[in-house]
Amino acid sequence: MSTAVLPTRAPWGILPRRRQRSALPGFGLTLGFTLSYLGFIVLLPIIALFIKAMELSLSEIWDIATEPRAMASYRLSFGGSFIAASINMVFGLIVAWVLVRYQFPGKKLIDALVDLPFALPTAVAGIALTGLYASTGWIGQYFEPFGIRIAYTQIGVIIALTFIGLPFVVRIVQPVLQDLEAEVEEAAASLGASRWQTFARVLFPALLPALLTGFALAFARAVGEFGSVIFIAGNIPFDTEITPLLIFIKLEQYDFTGAAALGAVMLVAAFVLLLVINMLQAWASTRSRRA
Amino acid sequence: MSIAVRNVKKTFGSFHALDDLSLDIDSGELVALLGPSGCGKTTLLRIIAGLEQADSGQVLFEGEDATDIHVRKRQVGFVFQHYALFRHMTVFENVAFGLKVRPRAVRPSKAEIAERVHELLNLVQLDWLADRMPNQLSGGQRQRIALARALAVEPKVLLLDEPFGALDAKVRMELRRWLRRLHDELHVTSVFVTHDQEEAMEVSDRVVVMNRGRIEQLGAPAEIYDHPANPFVYEFIGQVNKLAGRISNGAVEFGGIRANLGIPDLADAESVITYVRPHEIDVRPGQEAAEGWLPATVETSSVAGPTLRLDTRLTATGEEVHVEIRRGHAEHDSLRQGDVVQLKPLNPRVFAPPSAA
Repeated sequence: MSTAVLPTRAPWGILPRRRQRSALPGFGLTLGFTLSYLGFIVLLPIIALFIKAMELSLSEIWDIATEPRAMASYRLSFGGSFIAASINMVFGLIVAWVLVRYQFPGKKLIDALVDLPFALPTAVAGIALTGLYASTGWIGQYFEPFGIRIAYTQIGVIIALTFIGLPFVVRIVQPVLQDLEAEVEEAAASLGASRWQTFARVLFPALLPALLTGFALAFARAVGEFGSVIFIAGNIPFDTEITPLLIFIKLEQYDFTGAAALGAVMLVAAFVLLLVINMLQAWASTRSRRA
Repeated sequence: MSIAVRNVKKTFGSFHALDDLSLDIDSGELVALLGPSGCGKTTLLRIIAGLEQADSGQVLFEGEDATDIHVRKRQVGFVFQHYALFRHMTVFENVAFGLKVRPRAVRPSKAEIAERVHELLNLVQLDWLADRMPNQLSGGQRQRIALARALAVEPKVLLLDEPFGALDAKVRMELRRWLRRLHDELHVTSVFVTHDQEEAMEVSDRVVVMNRGRIEQLGAPAEIYDHPANPFVYEFIGQVNKLAGRISNGAVEFGGIRANLGIPDLADAESVITYVRPHEIDVRPGQEAAEGWLPATVETSSVAGPTLRLDTRLTATGEEVHVEIRRGHAEHDSLRQGDVVQLKPLNPRVFAPPSAA
């Protein structure tokens, strides 16, 4: 119809400009800044990483990425992170519950403590945890008689990963829990539901998206963690060596392409995680709209 | 199922929410708890439901003490102002919830639950929404679902906390008429809380007017409107003019002008307040004084639909008097600022000022 009449290319200056000044000026400037900022800080290193990795053929990358020592490090990095994030999901929920539901002296302090793993340099945390859980440490000495060693084992790695992941679950679940009206629980009770039924059928399903998002964030954080783990892990190849450390070791041996190959694997994993987190958040936002 | 509240007291810190309150509600009645915010009406409703515990006193259902029965076992249906629907469940699942959480021995079969849910959804005329999520419904629809959910467990009493408070005016009007019809169908003993006197009047069999944790007056809507027991009820139920004056020889004096208001047995008093509703005032234009008429000056005249509103000032005392009369009389409609009129209170009540009480 009318589209046929329009010139395919508008001659500049002849057609009046359709868009007048926006009510929010500065779009062009801020977008330009955003793109160049992201380009330099995020995109460029990633591209450099892939270019470096591409010096090898795909089969060479595959060989490096699947060598037994690398595979063992994946198992620890991803397996340990999964266990740590699972622990955080349970205890993070309890912490969030206590902070939202009850009033008690020192609540503000505990609330602030939750953020400590964010703020503390991870190396400091790693050294402190190692000191505590070493066989002569405050906590480690009580496990030593039972033949349980924590520092310099995979258990130690998981403890460090749990430490750094805790704030994610708490901070994601807290506002959702706050948003749940007490009335919903009262409604369930007045309909004859027991406390347990109310939790299992009403509260938990409402919290689940937030819990999973917190889990995914804690997991992603743990997979990338380096500083705190290397002190408590002991870094024994095939046992307590995490993937980021393996990359570091390769770099120290001037095996830049090998490090880049492992880095590429981690990068793909990070992308997949981001995708999962975004999908969870989209799901959560459709579910948690006020009813 | 009759409800009896006996000498219930409830304090929150130093605030007396309920002050030794007793109330009887007959089986099948629809009763409104009416009062300003903070008067204790919601607290009373929640104590009847078992969502709140009284400090002392009893709640009886059909003569049996229910004070210590947990809300879970009390068999009350409770409807919240903000619906409190389970947002991750469909409409069907919401209504089915109360049946599904029953212990296995008394839980109906899946087919029975489905039948019951659809029956209730038909009752609230929303069966076609069974598969929707709560956030896809309008406010009015959500509240009807909340009502269906409460009715699903066959409650002995239905308790509604400001059920229409979150809805806009038009939906509110529709829904309260609908609630009245529904109650006439089901005859389940119902108590609802509202701060809207019009709503209380229109929907309920009896109105309980509350203030500061106490019952000010209890009665049928017309009775409360026509015969307010005290100044508080008078002021709370509808608009009112308050005129200061004194009584001597059976007549009220407003700043020197005596008016026999036709109230029998008035004892002499130095200070009284006469209450008169804006629509219960006769208006006659002109300067000409007469027994029982009070001269006043028109300050503004405005039109609200079928009603003419006059803001006038009494010549004798300078007090403002609001008058509402039907439009359509030329002599009234033509009144303008500065015109002198004569006012006659038609159904006045005289009370001692609150400070003396």
